[in-house]
Amino acid sequence: MIPLIGELAAVLATALFIFALYWMNDPKTARRGVFAGVTGMTVAVLATWIQPEIVHHGWIFLAIVGGFAVGIPLSRVPLTAVPQRTALSHAFGGLAAGLVGTAEYFLWLGEHAAQLTPFRTGALVAEVILGFLTFTGSLMAAGKLQEVRWIPQRPVTYPGQNFVNLGVLGLAVGLGVVLVLYPTAAWSGQVFVAIAVLALTFGVLLIIPIGGADMPTVISILNAYAGLAAVAMGFVLDNKLLVTAGALDGSSGLILSIIMCRAMNRSFTNVLFGAFGKAQPALAAGGEQKVWKQESVEGAAQLLEQARSVVIIPGYGMAVAQAQHKVRELYDALTKRGVSVKFAIHPVAGRMPGHMNVLLAEANIPYSALVEMDEINPEMPQCDVALVLGANDVVNPAARYAKSTPIYGMPIIDADKAKTVLAVKRSKNPGFAGIDNELYVLDNTWMLFGDAKAVLGDLVKQFAGGGIH
Amino acid sequence: MTDFGSVLFVFVLATFIGLGVIRRVSRLLYTPLMSLTNAISAIAVVGSIVVTGADYPRGIRILGAIALFASMTNIVSGFMITDRMLKMFKKQ
Repeated sequence: MIPLIGELAAVLATALFIFALYWMNDPKTARRGVFAGVTGMTVAVLATWIQPEIVHHGWIFLAIVGGFAVGIPLSRVPLTAVPQRTALSHAFGGLAAGLVGTAEYFLWLGEHAAQLTPFRTGALVAEVILGFLTFTGSLMAAGKLQEVRWIPQRPVTYPGQNFVNLGVLGLAVGLGVVLVLYPTAAWSGQVFVAIAVLALTFGVLLIIPIGGADMPTVISILNAYAGLAAVAMGFVLDNKLLVTAGALDGSSGLILSIIMCRAMNRSFTNVLFGAFGKAQPALAAGGEQKVWKQESVEGAAQLLEQARSVVIIPGYGMAVAQAQHKVRELYDALTKRGVSVKFAIHPVAGRMPGHMNVLLAEANIPYSALVEMDEINPEMPQCDVALVLGANDVVNPAARYAKSTPIYGMPIIDADKAKTVLAVKRSKNPGFAGIDNELYVLDNTWMLFGDAKAVLGDLVKQFAGGGIH
Repeated sequence: MTDFGSVLFVFVLATFIGLGVIRRVSRLLYTPLMSLTNAISAIAVVGSIVVTGADYPRGIRILGAIALFASMTNIVSGFMITDRMLKMFKKQ
């Protein structure tokens, strides 16, 4: 009877998880998805807990309480910290898979050697490698996103890096093959530990050469790995619920990775082994040196007020400055004056997929005003003012023709086609890719230097206070 | 061997369903999608419960308890933050 409940619960939970993802196709139904997910998870947990082989309950209870104690504060982080939180949860997912794999292996090694069939040992090796590399890789990514002091933000590269990385992974896989052949030899336990250590090392090495602009892709890839680790656990434990839920997570990570790579015109291998943003040859100085034209806040406010349509292009700079609420105030001031305001969202703007959308939604900007790159670009020539807000590489026209730059071929938002461009920028430094942005020196571009939040605050004051009526 | 065959079968089908469903997810919601799938893949909790609660040697159960704690953290924070973000998209 109780095993049957377990089977039925697994089927029910699977169906609920699929519905949870299905309802995410529209913001109107999406919250139902969370409810379905929670229900599915509760059913799965309870159905497992009541199984007869579970005889010790104290530790389970303690671990669950601990999970709530840490999980609740983690869910309340400011939305600008969501990329770090996501990376951290991938790390936890990887850790869980790696630890369960380790526990199962040593359990069977000690007591039920017959359980270690070649297939199951192979699945165990996959689970442990994927789990542990996701663990340390995601921890590194979270550290970089949180700007932890002792983790370098800029990509770190050294000669022969790819050779070393692939060597470490290759060695782990090679030892995995040895373990499949000799799962219960006297030295097999040591081989297993060596595989785990190599996987932990590989995760760190994999993320060292990766920089901020690649984070949306890397987080998606780590998401896929975490899912695959759960799938491998499912194969080890012969548990179909683990396999389906892991496969759903894995396919989500895969699709997001593909979308992010396409939005940067790069391949997976190029992201993982290409070390974006390392020293690039400067763009060949073409003719005379162009200069920035600076605009005053008053002038910018006037330009915005006289416009009929304004497109705001947000980037990571908006997130760093926590400027989304000021953006909302500007949005209100302009729409009240009859100006049409839209937001152009580049898929890789920010540090994770969908980052800009969430920040703007937090500031209560209606999601109908958020427009994807492909839909806004045909409208850009009719746009009176393009307001670039802490975005850089995603509006750099050099992506269209400068073959020597790392952003060549990357689809961009056609800010330069607008009648006037206003660019808010913190400093005169080049963007993440280390290339000058010629958008800033175009004839119709005016710069507003300063922190995005401060500049917007001043702009809003112009509308509210005296400057403009 | 037949068991592994059927698990493999389930894996392939689930992947196809996953690809089909995820492809239709609103582009506005990629961040909450990631936290939601994250919580769902914390279904590893099922494996951790067995390892923690069954009559196994102590060392093994300690590993299980840590894994259970990690999964549970993902479940709680994943679902809660997803809901928090989706609430923002609902207020229109």
